[in-house]
Amino acid sequence: MPKITFITSEDETISVEGTSGSVMQLAVDNDIKGIEGDCGGVCSCATCHVFIHPDHFAKTGAPGEIEKDMLELDDNVTEYSRLCCQLEINDNLDGLIVTVAQ
Amino acid sequence: MPNENTKAPICLVIGASHAGINFAFSLRKEGWTGSIIVFDKDPETPYHRPPLSKSYLTSTEETNNNLLKSLESYEKENIKLYLGVSIKKIDRIHKTVITEDGSRQQYDKLVIATGARPLIPPIKGLDKVTEVYTLRTAHDATTIRQKVKENISKRVLIIGGRYTGLEIAASLRKLGTSVTLLERESKILARVTSPEMSQFFYDVHILNGVQIHTNKNVSSVTSINHTNTITCDDETSYEAEIIILGTGVIVNTELAKDAGIQTENGIKVNQACQTNDKDIYAIGDCTFHHNPHYNRFVRLESVQNAVDQAKIAAASICGKEVIYDTIPWFWSDQYEIKLQMVGLPFDYNEAIIRNEEETTYKFSIWYFDNDELLAVDAINNAKAYVLGTKSIKEHLKINKSNLRDSSLKLNLANLILKE
Ligand SMILES: Cc1cc2nc3c(=O)[nH]c(=O)nc-3n(C[C@H](O)[C@H](O)[C@H](O)COP(=O)(O)OP(=O)(O)OC[C@H]3O[C@@H](n4cnc5c(N)ncnc54)[C@H](O)[C@@H]3O)c2cc1C
Ligand code: FES
Repeated sequence: MPKITFITSEDETISVEGTSGSVMQLAVDNDIKGIEGDCGGVCSCATCHVFIHPDHFAKTGAPGEIEKDMLELDDNVTEYSRLCCQLEINDNLDGLIVTVAQ
Repeated sequence: MPNENTKAPICLVIGASHAGINFAFSLRKEGWTGSIIVFDKDPETPYHRPPLSKSYLTSTEETNNNLLKSLESYEKENIKLYLGVSIKKIDRIHKTVITEDGSRQQYDKLVIATGARPLIPPIKGLDKVTEVYTLRTAHDATTIRQKVKENISKRVLIIGGRYTGLEIAASLRKLGTSVTLLERESKILARVTSPEMSQFFYDVHILNGVQIHTNKNVSSVTSINHTNTITCDDETSYEAEIIILGTGVIVNTELAKDAGIQTENGIKVNQACQTNDKDIYAIGDCTFHHNPHYNRFVRLESVQNAVDQAKIAAASICGKEVIYDTIPWFWSDQYEIKLQMVGLPFDYNEAIIRNEEETTYKFSIWYFDNDELLAVDAINNAKAYVLGTKSIKEHLKINKSNLRDSSLKLNLANLILKE
């Protein structure tokens, strides 16, 4: 099972395992602070912003067009930003470390 | 019975949906150490509503995976959920709510997040039809999905061309069902968007095989051998096995009203989401509130409003001075089209359509009151949505000729009028 690690704004480090769905859903299921997922994962709210660990960016790849534009809603956007509702959990993501944006 | 001083205070919430649940979690985040108790008459673990008319209708997943929070989260944050329990009365004198079986629960702070329910129009014979549905709850969506999939050749007729009705039409077309949509007004989305946007969605649905008829006021329904005949007051009639009502909502204000809480087009709240009783708040679809940016009173039906009012009420109850001041936003997904709306286009006097060069299915409409940008509707164009959001928030003045010019890139540098 792919293991994903979230680092929250309170510097809590939480590692959880998931099998399917999006990284946002995994975060909400595990009550990760700062990931709200208000739109339910359809790339409409930008409340699931994370920074991918720079060494892991190859695992996730770059955001798609709509996602990239939506990220601009947050002034803290960086080159490692992703909306994690757009990250489908699969074996490729095993070991992924992300920092929650807010 | 008055609470003893030593007893932890109780915050009670009526309604466990977008507003009520986000409120409960925000209240903990704000530091509330007392009890949090949430009641809802819906027996299902609280879920997202928007997918019900979209992905959920077409998905093959057995259960609704779109939970607002996991069950463990409620335990972890010590939020008590009482599902399948309807509240019948608020007794303000004893600061108590009464459930339908007569049991009582005391509160120190009460939050009304009762939302809205489908409006059933007074159509003759409607009560005698078996296959007539509304869509507000997960149970409603599951039923519609089952009935449609049971026999895909059943014809569906949707009454009402609002966002929910159109989303249902799009989802059912994806499943291959025959869909007819009747709208009372002269165009779909009549009161909620501009003529241009309405025309766009009309064209899209026609292209996808929905039969849309406008100026159709349904007056009666008769039913013979599972086939319903839907007759309009211009004496045209349509046949369908399944009828879905998309005719809008009634706001759930009765509990509040009966308790003497001020209501208008919704429960009247101040800038902190407080009603005329200082210990009773109201949030979400059920509220009638002031929007400072537009300086007008509104009632909104959106996830954004439910979530943001939830946060304001939670902060206020925990003693913070807060003002609900947001730019409303909303989305709708139909077929491959993503509509994102920001702002309130009330009383606009100019609508500028900005097309993008790549495709006809990517454009935006910018609504102005003279030089003031009021709202933006973006079709498959998140960039326009984001730039619109920023411009509205900061009252930026827009260079209208640059906006119209699709050979110029859409970005703030091109968009902002240089003084
Ligand atoms: C099919 C559909 C699609 C939608 N799509 C979108 C979209 O794409 N984007 C968007 O922004 N918004 C969308 N919305 C609107 C959005 O879902 C609502 O704005 C939101 O649900 C409002 O949340 P709420 O908590 O205020 O009210 P509601 O969601 O209506 O919840 C109120 C709750 O209170 C409960 N309740 C009421 N009275 C009582 C009582 N007396 N006792 C106990 N419980 C009670 C009800 O059972 C209900 O669960 C959609 C809505 C529907 C129905
Ligand atoms: S959950 Fe809304 S954008 Fe990711």
